[in-house]
Amino acid sequence: MNLIETKNLSLGYDNNIVLKDLNIQVEDSDFICIVGPNGSGKSTLVKGLLGLIKPKKGEIIYNIKQNFIGYMPQETKVDSNFPASVFEIVLSGTLNRIGLFSFYTKKEKELAFKNLKILGIEDLKDKSFCDLSGGQRQKVLLARSLCSTSKLLILDEPSNNLDSKSKEELYKIINDLNKKHNIAIMMITHDLDHGNLIGNKILSLRDNEIFFGTTDNFVRRIHHD
Amino acid sequence: MTSILDMFSYTFMVRAFFVGILISLCASLIGVSLVLRRNSMIGDGLSHVGFGAFAIATILGFAPLEFAIPIVIIVSFFILKLNDSSKIHGDSAIALISASSLAIGTFAISVTKGVNTDINNYLFGSILGLNEKDIIISVVLSILVILIYVISYNKIFAITFDEKFAKSVGIKTDLYNIIFACLCSVVVVLGMRLMGSLLISSLIIFPTLSSMQYFKKFKSVVISSTIISIIAFIIGLIISYIYATPTGATIVIINLIVFIIFKLISMFKVNV
Repeated sequence: MNLIETKNLSLGYDNNIVLKDLNIQVEDSDFICIVGPNGSGKSTLVKGLLGLIKPKKGEIIYNIKQNFIGYMPQETKVDSNFPASVFEIVLSGTLNRIGLFSFYTKKEKELAFKNLKILGIEDLKDKSFCDLSGGQRQKVLLARSLCSTSKLLILDEPSNNLDSKSKEELYKIINDLNKKHNIAIMMITHDLDHGNLIGNKILSLRDNEIFFGTTDNFVRRIHHD
Repeated sequence: MTSILDMFSYTFMVRAFFVGILISLCASLIGVSLVLRRNSMIGDGLSHVGFGAFAIATILGFAPLEFAIPIVIIVSFFILKLNDSSKIHGDSAIALISASSLAIGTFAISVTKGVNTDINNYLFGSILGLNEKDIIISVVLSILVILIYVISYNKIFAITFDEKFAKSVGIKTDLYNIIFACLCSVVVVLGMRLMGSLLISSLIIFPTLSSMQYFKKFKSVVISSTIISIIAFIIGLIISYIYATPTGATIVIINLIVFIIFKLISMFKVNV
């Protein structure tokens, strides 16, 4: 089943079109890596899919409630001195489930704790975000995004600023979420060059040339060039 | 002790005491989000706008609070819009607005003869300036601010921590930013009567900065900064009564002392 399908989607800001005529389908078991140089429209696409910006042209068809897509922004965008406990942050991922009077019930707290456990950071629950390492912070933000979805996660450069060991660990977790927990993944990444290809599909936005297809086909194409 | 009891035998002091506690509470609540979103200067800018509005209200014979609150709210929307647009630098825009308002206010007062206004009251505050109607407005609005804050607490946290994520889970961040701008404006205008336009922003940011030196969770920062704010206000009010010092300035100095104490504690904690 397609969770998301874009039809001739164009995205941009003001009069500036960043991404043109994009046609992709995100299936419920997909693990899609989004690659491309800076300014190629990777983050713009994410914003578009999340509804943070409106399409300039074309349309996005959702088979999932837009606010039930789990989103993990770049860690660098989050203030690392922000006084907040891990649990406070992870709980805020459940805010799409509660209405106007936004108080957490037992259900939301259990969900948050469950996701802390999935990522193996339940012992950090009462720690402050400012006292965590980079890798731990990423897991917290991932746990938060897990709280808002059971179907699709969109990750914006989750491995940014991580050492190779934490990076590997994080990729393993994300892979498990895809395989074991049946959550579709869309991930912006810069790590493609290192030969550690993960995921089954690739969306490459490079030099106005869009490639969308299986990872195998992408590799074959690169070798062809 | 007798002088403290003596203090409460004056109706205006009792009024100032209760209104002040409510306003200090509101100011510190708003302050947490303003400081954490790096928007402290907005409070400062709005207080100068409030000064201009008060001055014009006095000249035109309008009731100051009823006139200033809507004006400051409108300007706060304007600042919000400027912050959204990438073309103009929010910082410089606030500086521009705040200096202009201050100038317009001062100019208006100076060219109007026969207006019996003490400009100092607006700049540095005066607890004597509160009449019965002001008290009612202040109490009602403060309680409203506290209610809205408590109801939206979890959303305010999410937006303060990570606005983009908050938007992605369906929180109407634009709407909440507008609500928040309204709350800010109300708190600034109410607090100005007490603290003066030059000092009200310190009532907003000091308690948060102090508690952030020690507390590392959002809820602890929110709760402790309200406590700090209220205690600093009470001590400041009492001292200003006993030693006949200006109330606003005394409260700010108490807040400064509290901040230094917390800073020292946090430095000591690291060394241990």
